[in-house]
Amino acid sequence: MTIADIKRILNAEVLCGEQHLEKEVHNACGSDMMSDVLAFVKDQSVLLTGLVNLQVVRTAEMMDMLCIVFVRGKKPTAEIIALAEEFGIVLLQSPLRLFSACGLLYQNGLNG
Amino acid sequence: MKLQYTIPADDFTRAGEASAAVKATLKRLGFPSETIRRVAIAMYEGEINMVIHASGGEATVDIFPEKILMELADNGPGIPDIDKAMTEGFSTAPETARHLGFGAGMGLPNIKKYTDELTIHTELGKGTRLCMVVNVAQ
Ligand SMILES: Nc1ncnc2c1ncn2[C@@H]1O[C@H](COP(=O)(O)OP(=O)(O)O)[C@@H](O)[C@H]1O
Ligand SMILES: [Mg+2]
Repeated sequence: MTIADIKRILNAEVLCGEQHLEKEVHNACGSDMMSDVLAFVKDQSVLLTGLVNLQVVRTAEMMDMLCIVFVRGKKPTAEIIALAEEFGIVLLQSPLRLFSACGLLYQNGLNG
Repeated sequence: MKLQYTIPADDFTRAGEASAAVKATLKRLGFPSETIRRVAIAMYEGEINMVIHASGGEATVDIFPEKILMELADNGPGIPDIDKAMTEGFSTAPETARHLGFGAGMGLPNIKKYTDELTIHTELGKGTRLCMVVNVAQ
């Protein structure tokens, strides 16, 4: 699926990276623990998380991810959005909870 | 090629800047992406540790065609028991670190996992020096 599909499925708002919505993604991971993301993630290109801070964006960039979904409607600061923009990472914000958001994407064909 | 960075104390917003800069440099130099990722993760965890557990410090990265050397030195409290510190899940990190997504006791194990060589020199009350080597994938 594309990042645009994720936006639609999760009823999400695009916070930055509008120009990258047509990029293809195949794998995602959901976690609030950045060390776990650094330890176990392989080629997942989407990170779903309830954690909102600069380290989430830095972690995603370390792992060459294309998109971060902030769940439960959490709103990142302007500084967080600016860093994501610098790295070319799409930021989405979804009202769903982490479990539901991951479940819906999985159901629609995104793998772990 | 030698890169040097000062890791600022108690500044969580900037932790990771040095690793991101190293990653960008290695990318520009054309190193394999797997090598770059291993260097970036090891250095990032080390950088985060210097901010959480010590009061910042100095990072030096030496880039050779066949290997990347990283040295992270701080003047923090030192590590009383390295074996314990290397155990997955062992952490003395404060709650504030956990709010940032770190402090699960996975940092040093991650560093071990992603580097080819890891040496920890530490002295209580003086500081800690992590020497890491990542061999470049052929
Ligand atoms: N630079 C350091 N200075 C002092 N203590 C450290 C340092 N790095 C790691 N430690 C100690 O080793 C423990 C384990 O580190 P780590 O595996 O990175 O887990 P975490 O950072 O999540 O606590 C830390 O909780 C801390 O007690
Ligand atoms: Mg750590």
